[in-house]
Amino acid sequence: MEPVVRIASRTVVLAADNVDTDQIIPARFLTGTSREGLGASLFADWRRDGAGNLRPEFPLNQPEADGARILVAGANFGCGSSREHAPWALTDYGFAAVVSPSIADIFKGNAVRNGLVPVEIESQAHQRLLSRPGAEIVIAVEAGTVSLPGGGTARFELPPFARRCLLTGRGPLDFLLEQGPAISRYEREMSEVAGRGSSGAADPS
Amino acid sequence: MTGPRTLFDKIWDAHEAVPAGPDHPAVIYVDTHLIHEVTSPQAFALLGERGLPVRRPDRTWATVDHSIPTRFVEGRPAFLNRATRNQVATLERNCEAHGIPIFRMGDPGQGIVHVIGPELGLTQPGRTIVCGDSHTSTHGAFGAWAFGIGTTEVAQVLATQCLLQERPRTLSIEVSGTLAPGVSAKDLILGIIRRFGVDAGRGYVIEYRGGAVEALGMEARMTLCNMSIEAGARAGLVAPDETTFEYLEGRENVPSGEGFRDLVAGWRKLPSDEGAVFDRSLSFDAGSIEPMVTWGTNPAMSCGVSEAVPAPSDPEERAALEYMGLEAGRPLLGRPADVVFIGSCTNARISDLRAAARVLAGRKTNPRTRLLVVPGSAKVRRQAEAEGLDEVFRSAGAEWRAPGCSMCIAMNGDRLSPQELAVSTSNRNFQGRQGPGGRTVLASPVTAAASALAGAVADPRPFLSN
Ligand code: SF4
Repeated sequence: MEPVVRIASRTVVLAADNVDTDQIIPARFLTGTSREGLGASLFADWRRDGAGNLRPEFPLNQPEADGARILVAGANFGCGSSREHAPWALTDYGFAAVVSPSIADIFKGNAVRNGLVPVEIESQAHQRLLSRPGAEIVIAVEAGTVSLPGGGTARFELPPFARRCLLTGRGPLDFLLEQGPAISRYEREMSEVAGRGSSGAADPS
Repeated sequence: MTGPRTLFDKIWDAHEAVPAGPDHPAVIYVDTHLIHEVTSPQAFALLGERGLPVRRPDRTWATVDHSIPTRFVEGRPAFLNRATRNQVATLERNCEAHGIPIFRMGDPGQGIVHVIGPELGLTQPGRTIVCGDSHTSTHGAFGAWAFGIGTTEVAQVLATQCLLQERPRTLSIEVSGTLAPGVSAKDLILGIIRRFGVDAGRGYVIEYRGGAVEALGMEARMTLCNMSIEAGARAGLVAPDETTFEYLEGRENVPSGEGFRDLVAGWRKLPSDEGAVFDRSLSFDAGSIEPMVTWGTNPAMSCGVSEAVPAPSDPEERAALEYMGLEAGRPLLGRPADVVFIGSCTNARISDLRAAARVLAGRKTNPRTRLLVVPGSAKVRRQAEAEGLDEVFRSAGAEWRAPGCSMCIAMNGDRLSPQELAVSTSNRNFQGRQGPGGRTVLASPVTAAASALAGAVADPRPFLSN
């Protein structure tokens, strides 16, 4: 994973609330065993009609959306299935951040682990971004700020660990592997307690 | 933590292998890891790239469910395409390479991952259970903290048996009253999501409490917890009680005799203490709902089966009505159904099939409606066949299939054609979920069965009264 520090780009606006992962990438594109190339199926049923032709009215298909790396979406973005194919499709397509008033829990975690910045901002700032598709904005990961069209900035929160993962490109797996001895200790303690009828982590029988 | 604790607090406390620090979340130990063919291949690939072994193959179980066909042609599984067949083969190879037990197609233990965990006794109170699938919330019915994870996390659990977790907040949903006849756990959770919305549970673990929840059997509790994710919560819990213990006693992977009594003694300590504080509390009257149906494209867009479809209150609802081809102000009742699907991890357990069979017994489906009945597991299938339910379904005109996710998710060959409308016992009515352009009406097994008879969205209650 590459470090993500600052994203400067035009926005694409997809204003609908509750965009679920079945829309981000429909299940029929989940039959592969690799994570490459999923960008081609991003928003497949919205981007293309039944015959496979691009729908010109869909925001991603408009000429000014070309090369934009920031998606401004409605509330509760990424709800539904836990498929990590959703952030894979977004990053493979070229997106580096999703800006929304609220982003679904599982999606948010999946996004960070793939270097896609989940940016949750308050609704007034969000409204301004919604009303100005194609605005040039800057997301600063360390400071947790988004510049707004027409001046000013909005703040967004990230758990400190998620922020560090993004900034350093080092993921949770590296951290967990370093915890090996502590995990072994926990396993030993728990199997002792489990022998005395605890409700904790019993060893499989 | 001292003082009164919630059920969730107790599970969290017992699984903190490393507490949270100033610069990292807590390391949470995973007791049970379930995997399937769709969200695991890239995780195994990651392990391969880094040369990592699976830390606890004895805490990992695999099954095939999402992309497998539920139909056989000349005795051979009718895979949708080479990709789905390859996904299944990849899982089999990965499990062999790492010594992970796997339930293959045709095995007596195979089935939808959230149906087989409880059946096999792998789902137990107080455990942490994860799977690369958002409906892992189902297992919370046993008082386990069970939640869906992404594929990178699947790799983390395979390699370390742990996950990094920010502590979620707790949400109590107190359900009072009694469900009316013909109204089930499915209607209850649809009613709850309608009332509180699809992101009411975001950031929370829900604990369903109160007399109406205690009165539910285990399978109904699973239906309730299953759809917690549709309310935005990664996990839903029901406190373990006698109903739970009775369900688990004698199951494979559950010790017997004294071992079981010891376990139960521990489990009895799990329910939330008197005076335990939840971050948020909501209440709901189970007696306030009738059989529910969804009219839109998210699970909160629902109404009672006899109600008129409400006028859209925002552009999203307007778009949903248009997608569904429905008009506000008219009931869904009588709206022709092309397909009725009885299946999925929400409603394909034996009690669901029995309920559907009671409606269908001695009757015929409307010729314009195709009825698909797909048991949640091989075990459910055997049990249904032992009770003669398959005969009831077949003579009513249904297709009786092999276990799998089937038409809950359009990736295995079972799917709707554009604009076809399905009354479905599954959990998601998202656009295209059951096939591009397909329209989904979520409902309970009895509502689905009644709709198959009527050839249209129907009220199940008249079929239950005689
Ligand atoms: S039945 Fe549907 S919701 Fe359940 S695991 Fe399968 S695809 Fe997911």
